[in-house]
Amino acid sequence: MTPMIDMVFQLIAFFMVLVNFTEADQNQRIRLPSSELAKPPDAPLDSPITIHLTSKGTAIMGPNEVPIQDLTRLLTVEYQVLVRKSEGLASQATIIIRGDLDAQFGLIQEIMQICQNVGFEKFALRAKQQEALSRGISRT
Amino acid sequence: MKIRNTGRDEETIGLQMTSMIDIVFLLLVFFVMTFKIIAPEGDFNVKMPAQAAQGTPDPTAMPPIKIRITAAENGRVAGIKFADVPVSNLAELRTKVREVVGDHPGPGSLESTEIEFDCDYNLRYEYVIQAMTAVSGYVQDGQVVKLVEKIKFTPPRKQL
Repeated sequence: MTPMIDMVFQLIAFFMVLVNFTEADQNQRIRLPSSELAKPPDAPLDSPITIHLTSKGTAIMGPNEVPIQDLTRLLTVEYQVLVRKSEGLASQATIIIRGDLDAQFGLIQEIMQICQNVGFEKFALRAKQQEALSRGISRT
Repeated sequence: MKIRNTGRDEETIGLQMTSMIDIVFLLLVFFVMTFKIIAPEGDFNVKMPAQAAQGTPDPTAMPPIKIRITAAENGRVAGIKFADVPVSNLAELRTKVREVVGDHPGPGSLESTEIEFDCDYNLRYEYVIQAMTAVSGYVQDGQVVKLVEKIKFTPPRKQL
């Protein structure tokens, strides 16, 4: 009995450590483009706001799936909340754009323009990390 | 009076294993079910203040290098132009960028160079990321060599 319980606890510990509860900002419908230079950021971003762009051309922000034009309303609310919290925070906030690889790039540009009009100026285009194909092993 | 407790001493008091194993297996099943391999994600940082807030541009700053990417009907890349010079593919684009910024170690024009992407409206996002990858660096012997970090985009072109 004891060895079995040892093993089972090992397994539980393994899966517990690897479990990932940060899926709130990872929508599975979005297939991200991949890039070998997309490295996870060293430090967490300042007050990030994630906007997903689906291949159909709609934007997902939080629980809402809206046409891109409606983002102005949602982002204005976010901006005002950030301004109320702290004056400098709002312009430092990063908009994370998770665009589907099939999406038209013009839509990404439109989202960025809307964000700029609201007052945000830092963007992060998110991509899936891809090992360099030729020398994948030598990465440290 | 003599207390009889014959037979009781031999009984070992064990843990209630069955219920513990039930719970432990439930936990194990839960974690196995929720286990999902997710590829790590990274960001390309783009800093683009609104046009109105820019004011007068810094006269000492170099104007951004324009990269024009045109799209075919189906969203594929039809042509790439690096500062009005056509290039055939992304590898050649990277070579051009390396010629301009000079990726030798030490202070160079890395920090001052800025690239502006001017893409067609219907270009697929995937190709834009590929182009951004080409200009922002390359991987050599497992090390990332950075080229251009300042990237911005033109306002969207009108959809035809």
